[in-house]
Amino acid sequence: MDHTAPIVEDVFGISWLDFNMSNVLMMFITSLIVFVLCVLGARKLQMKPTGAQNVMEWVLDFVKGIINDTMDWKTGKLFLPLALTLFTYILVGNMLGVVTNGVVGHDVWWKSPTADPGITLTLSAMVIVLSHFYGIKLRGGSEYVKDYFRPLPFLFPIKIVEEFANTLTLGLRLFGNLYAGEVLLSLLVGLTTSGVLGFLGGAIPFLAWQGFSVFIGGIQAFIFTMLAMVYMSHKVSEDH
Amino acid sequence: MQAFTEYSTIYAALGGFHVGDMLMQLFFFIVLLLLVKKFAWGPVMDMMKKREDYVASEIETAEKSRADAEKASKEALEQLKQTKQEAQKMIEDAKNAGTRQEEEIIQAARAEADRIKKAAQADIQNEKEKALQALQDKVASLSVLIASKVIEKEISAQDQEKLINDYIKEVGEEL
Repeated sequence: MDHTAPIVEDVFGISWLDFNMSNVLMMFITSLIVFVLCVLGARKLQMKPTGAQNVMEWVLDFVKGIINDTMDWKTGKLFLPLALTLFTYILVGNMLGVVTNGVVGHDVWWKSPTADPGITLTLSAMVIVLSHFYGIKLRGGSEYVKDYFRPLPFLFPIKIVEEFANTLTLGLRLFGNLYAGEVLLSLLVGLTTSGVLGFLGGAIPFLAWQGFSVFIGGIQAFIFTMLAMVYMSHKVSEDH
Repeated sequence: MQAFTEYSTIYAALGGFHVGDMLMQLFFFIVLLLLVKKFAWGPVMDMMKKREDYVASEIETAEKSRADAEKASKEALEQLKQTKQEAQKMIEDAKNAGTRQEEEIIQAARAEADRIKKAAQADIQNEKEKALQALQDKVASLSVLIASKVIEKEISAQDQEKLINDYIKEVGEEL
């Protein structure tokens, strides 16, 4: 039941440089799937869209809608590729863990890359850092600094805390949902493989939970993208 | 000790925080972002933009051709109206000309008739005078003859003249 992760420690003799090889593998597979699907979808582009192009345009319009909900399209179109990549990457990553979990020996190799707190926090930290970067770039340094003292100067400490809280909640929300899903799925796997009675009792909940995980995966990808754009708009929009 | 073991189990299952993972995630994400932007979303966005432009231009063209058609139909209507007016005017003109000509012809005919009538009257007068003259001459010689035969008496030329004139007067009154 207790699976370990294939961890490689102290790469190149650097004491802090550790790798969880399963994460690296899954990140690579997720990226590859997203890339291949997107490129396949973008093949044979026509004025009159058919088949895969329709799906691609639907996804694009969907993400465009997310951005339009949070900010002006004039600044928002800058973040369209980022939001698209976030959405597709997280969605595919979530789905990979729902489809199956793979265990080789004692190590978990195949799982959602998004069920790892380090990875989700990296994504959320990247979004927050980018929001600060674009906040300064699009509105200027003085406006950016002044924003910490709005609407009231004494809220400054809370504003500082907010930045870290945003990073943490954004990353950990995704991680928590996915990790909980995987834990429950692995528990149900243990139940169904324990015996005939266990199989009879566990099969239906397993199917139900898998369906629910698909739903959660989609919702979480949407929420992550949405909130990323909301935090982005807080920094780059004139009024909020 | 118990708590610590439990914690470490979960920690192991999660795999914990690994700086390498984070760096790899960042690297993969940025590479993926650039790749899909260049090879997938970029072309799709371009195509959508192209379609948007195409639709906009089509709408514009349609609007323009509609306006053109409207203008042309208005022009045609105006031309038709003008032509109608011209035709009306022509008919009126022709009618007027006809009436005028008719009047002229009637006038001319009347004048001609008057002229002919006058000429005829003059002719008649002329003839009458001529006839009167001839009669006068004839009556003069006749009366001389008759007088000389009937009366067989010589009369002076003065008396004869007087007599003739009396006759003529009588004849003129009778005529």
